[in-house]
Amino acid sequence: MKSERIAAIVGVAESDLGLVPGKNVLQLQAQAAKAALDDAGFTKDDVDALFTAGNWAWAPNLMLGEYLGIKPKFTDGTNIGGSSFESHVGHALAGIRAGLFDVALITYGSTQRSNPARGAAVPFAPLTEQYERSFGLPMTVGAYALAAMRHMHQYGTTSEQLAEIAVATRKWAMKNEKAMMREPIEIEDVLKSRMIAEPLHLLDCCLVTDGGGAVVVASARAAARAKKRPVWILGHGETHTHNSIANMPDLTMTGARESGRCAFEMAGVTHDEIDVAEIYDSFTITVLLTLEALGFCKPGEGGAFVSGQRTAPGGAFPMNTNGGGLSYTHPGMYGIFLLIEAARQLRGESGERQVPDAKLALVNGTGGVLSSTSTVILGRD
Amino acid sequence: MAGQIPKPVVDSDSKPYWDGLNNHELMIQHCDDCSKHIFYPRLLCPHCFSDQISWTQASGQGKIYSYTVVHRAFGPFADQAPYVVAIVELAEGVRMMTRITGNREDIAIGKPVTVTFEKVDDDLTLPYFKLV
Repeated sequence: MKSERIAAIVGVAESDLGLVPGKNVLQLQAQAAKAALDDAGFTKDDVDALFTAGNWAWAPNLMLGEYLGIKPKFTDGTNIGGSSFESHVGHALAGIRAGLFDVALITYGSTQRSNPARGAAVPFAPLTEQYERSFGLPMTVGAYALAAMRHMHQYGTTSEQLAEIAVATRKWAMKNEKAMMREPIEIEDVLKSRMIAEPLHLLDCCLVTDGGGAVVVASARAAARAKKRPVWILGHGETHTHNSIANMPDLTMTGARESGRCAFEMAGVTHDEIDVAEIYDSFTITVLLTLEALGFCKPGEGGAFVSGQRTAPGGAFPMNTNGGGLSYTHPGMYGIFLLIEAARQLRGESGERQVPDAKLALVNGTGGVLSSTSTVILGRD
Repeated sequence: MAGQIPKPVVDSDSKPYWDGLNNHELMIQHCDDCSKHIFYPRLLCPHCFSDQISWTQASGQGKIYSYTVVHRAFGPFADQAPYVVAIVELAEGVRMMTRITGNREDIAIGKPVTVTFEKVDDDLTLPYFKLV
């Protein structure tokens, strides 16, 4: 590792997860923020930078800052979908490196399960949406289905191979008491589940839940007085390549090729040094494409890479160890939960699902319709 | 059936495109500097940033880049499932989202298609494609 110790994750927490009809998005974020600051041994008054992403207010940072009683000297509402929080971590690293602040609070909350907007017809399609919305591609699953179909055509990837990911992820969820779906499933169960948008079945798709999370990032100076040992932010990269799926340059290659390359270069580590990977799994195909784009295998080899339950507990490539968006929780923009699990793995706090002696973790968020990617490499001393 | 099919908010980028569809012509843009075709329409060429953009009628010929058969649809589309949404690459090199009509069993990536003009609502004509 060549990376300097500039900034670290020192606190992580989830709010209530699953079906949480009694709480609004501000309560979920407040609950997670307090727990994450407790985890760090910090108080609200330590926080001098605020990060959030959402579409629950016209300027979420303003409403959240007011609600929490935080007046930050640095604020960032970057919203690039589910990968926003990996970008927040990268931006916090940059801000701390520049000496702009010491302690960043990153939060997310969603009540999409209890207050679904899905299916509500928005009657007008403005700006670049006007060229696509009238065709009825169900979002976001239809876009990922288009990518999966292309990958199958180009490389011979099979539904069984995609199902391997769902099955392995469920095995991790069975070890996580916070996971929503903990009944074992077989590959056949995935293939026999209801077809949503060919070739993606119901069990290729993430859950729809409520929930929130928070991550506290501290400068090396502030991290020294934190309660828990620091999880250093060693590398980060981000990009976005398109907004709508018809404009994705290559349906089989995501921006993780670029964001991953940047993160690996900054961290000065290699693929085979990564002990645990937390890869955004909005759909099984998201994972397969990301593994290829990050360079864990060659383009087209993702199906073989995940076959034989290689990503399951005890497998050669421990991945999505909390049970993922597929089986643990997925409140819309899932990226913050990848960071929470990676930090816990590196602190050795993951109990039954702990990857033995995990020192280096890779987190890759994906947002929109494979539109944005943000990669973070984390390590412990 | 819940609600109407989302209506395009026509603007000065898109008006020639929608006017073209109403006349059963598929209009796309062409960059007069780098000679690449452009879809969707915009003020600047996304390849070379030139503002020397002109409109041209596309051949209407293309091939299927990818597709999906939608089984679970929402809102105004719920009653239409199953149906095929695709990305078609036109002979001019640009890609667009569309529907493919006809027998689903015959649809495959790479197959040639040709544009049709589908009046889906009183004031909305969309470019669909069918197998050649």
